[in-house]
Amino acid sequence: MAFESLAAFLSMDGHGPYVWTCYGAFFVLMAVMMVWSVRRRRAVIESCRRRYESLESRDVGATTRAAATFTRVNVSQD
Amino acid sequence: MWQIFHKLGSPKWFFGIATRLMPWLLAGGVLLMMAGIVWGLGFAPKDYLQGNSYRIIFIHVPTAFLAQSVYIMMAVAAVVTLVWRMKLADVFVKAVAPVGLVLTFLALFTGAVWGKPTWGTWWIWDARLTSMLILLFLYGGVIALDRAINDEKSAARAVAVLVLVGVVNIPIIKYSVEWWNTLHQPATFKLTEKPTMPAEMWVPLLLSVLGLYLVFGWLACLRMQTEILVREQRTRWVREHVMAGRT
Amino acid sequence: MNAETRPLIKPLSSGVGNMASMKAVFSRDMKVAFRQRQDLLNPLLFFVMVVTLFPLGVSPEVSFLREAGAGILWVAALLSVLLSLDHLFRHDFDDGTLEQLVLQPQPLFLLVLAKTLAHWTLTGLPLVLLAPVLGVMVHLEGNSIAVLCLTLLIGTPVLSLIGSIGAALTLGLRSAGVLLSLLIIPLYIPVLIFGTGTVAAATEGAPVAAYLALLGAFLVLAITLAPFAASAALRISLSNS
Repeated sequence: MAFESLAAFLSMDGHGPYVWTCYGAFFVLMAVMMVWSVRRRRAVIESCRRRYESLESRDVGATTRAAATFTRVNVSQD
Repeated sequence: MWQIFHKLGSPKWFFGIATRLMPWLLAGGVLLMMAGIVWGLGFAPKDYLQGNSYRIIFIHVPTAFLAQSVYIMMAVAAVVTLVWRMKLADVFVKAVAPVGLVLTFLALFTGAVWGKPTWGTWWIWDARLTSMLILLFLYGGVIALDRAINDEKSAARAVAVLVLVGVVNIPIIKYSVEWWNTLHQPATFKLTEKPTMPAEMWVPLLLSVLGLYLVFGWLACLRMQTEILVREQRTRWVREHVMAGRT
Repeated sequence: MNAETRPLIKPLSSGVGNMASMKAVFSRDMKVAFRQRQDLLNPLLFFVMVVTLFPLGVSPEVSFLREAGAGILWVAALLSVLLSLDHLFRHDFDDGTLEQLVLQPQPLFLLVLAKTLAHWTLTGLPLVLLAPVLGVMVHLEGNSIAVLCLTLLIGTPVLSLIGSIGAALTLGLRSAGVLLSLLIIPLYIPVLIFGTGTVAAATEGAPVAAYLALLGAFLVLAITLAPFAASAALRISLSNS
């Protein structure tokens, strides 16, 4: 251990603010970048899933309930 | 060998490999980085010239190192994009450029903060800092061009040309900035050049460099997967993959 | 040569050699430029105005101007070349001439080189000719002015050549002007450093041959590589639109 106490470790002989600013910026930016990348991936998967589901339900509707969609079109034209 | 090459070009194959690799990359990277940083911050001996402020080296050098090698990697990928039109290569460039920008910014920021106790000012037109600043501009240009072109394929190829032009220029920029620096301020105190660095200092430094490489690998895999999902969303394997993960 | 292949190849190349087609592109660009003289004057006016800003904005003192003069002139020249780059391919792109150029049987990089050369003759060369006057206005000495003009003479073609890559890459994009500066300015830095460094050495009385040789090396490198990159970028931009 290069320091005697926690206080000495935090102050780093007066250089503490500089050292901790650097480490703070590093960890914050890296964490933000990592979290943001993970969330973006999740958001993309989610939007893909929604698209596939809407496609699926449209397929189902087209094959089994063609009459239902037909009446719906009539209603919306009013 | 060519079979491996073709496999590497297949987004589906890469997606599977990346999924399996990523936990290891992340765990290894974080572990190594933490080991390097804790060792560097708490256990490495104090520098006799700069005191404790030198402990910034354990993040300054890894970020600066990686910022430069990411650009080189992008240049290699750019060659692959232009010559073989491999899909994964331009996915890599697109996914990784913002990471390079952030790393370059971190290297600059830590360099400037380190300069305050060492030189007495936040910014000195030191050769290393200046060439890092220019590298930041180069990354900015790559990202801006990529955003400006709507068509995916031409964006990828235009960015590849730009990255290659940049990589030809990097050594020229580096040497001219160094020459300019000696012209204007002879014999400045260099940040990272030490005559002899004791093992207690360079071993943790090596650990954190390796750790950051692995973390970068994880980030690259993750962001490439995202990009692949966006591009390949009309294919069946993506559909199956996404729907299989549904709860 | 058999009779079957001849008619296929002959009409395409129509007997025009590479040099002749380069000359044709060059003289056409000159003619078009002289029909729109204002476009020729604008970069020059801009150059003079930027140089004027420095004595007004910083200090009109002889000692300051003498020290900073070469740098001011170089930065102003760099900016006015940058300003004019947007025109390099723009008009030809808008009226479809560029597509015809790309379809020519002659190698595209030669035609791009001819266009860039025309661009330099129309913007870089006038800047070099105007530089002595401005050099006197910023109190440079005779020897320094001569060296400054020499560095500009070698340096501005490099600016045009590197700029042609950026102009080709940003062709047809919405905010092309700003984007072009973003892409190109970092690549201009070595030329700027050596251009002003040479003048600084001349002012101190040091020999400048080595610096001029380095600038010449930049020029050779730019002539050999930039047209290739620019023509590749042109093909990409044209396939995009």
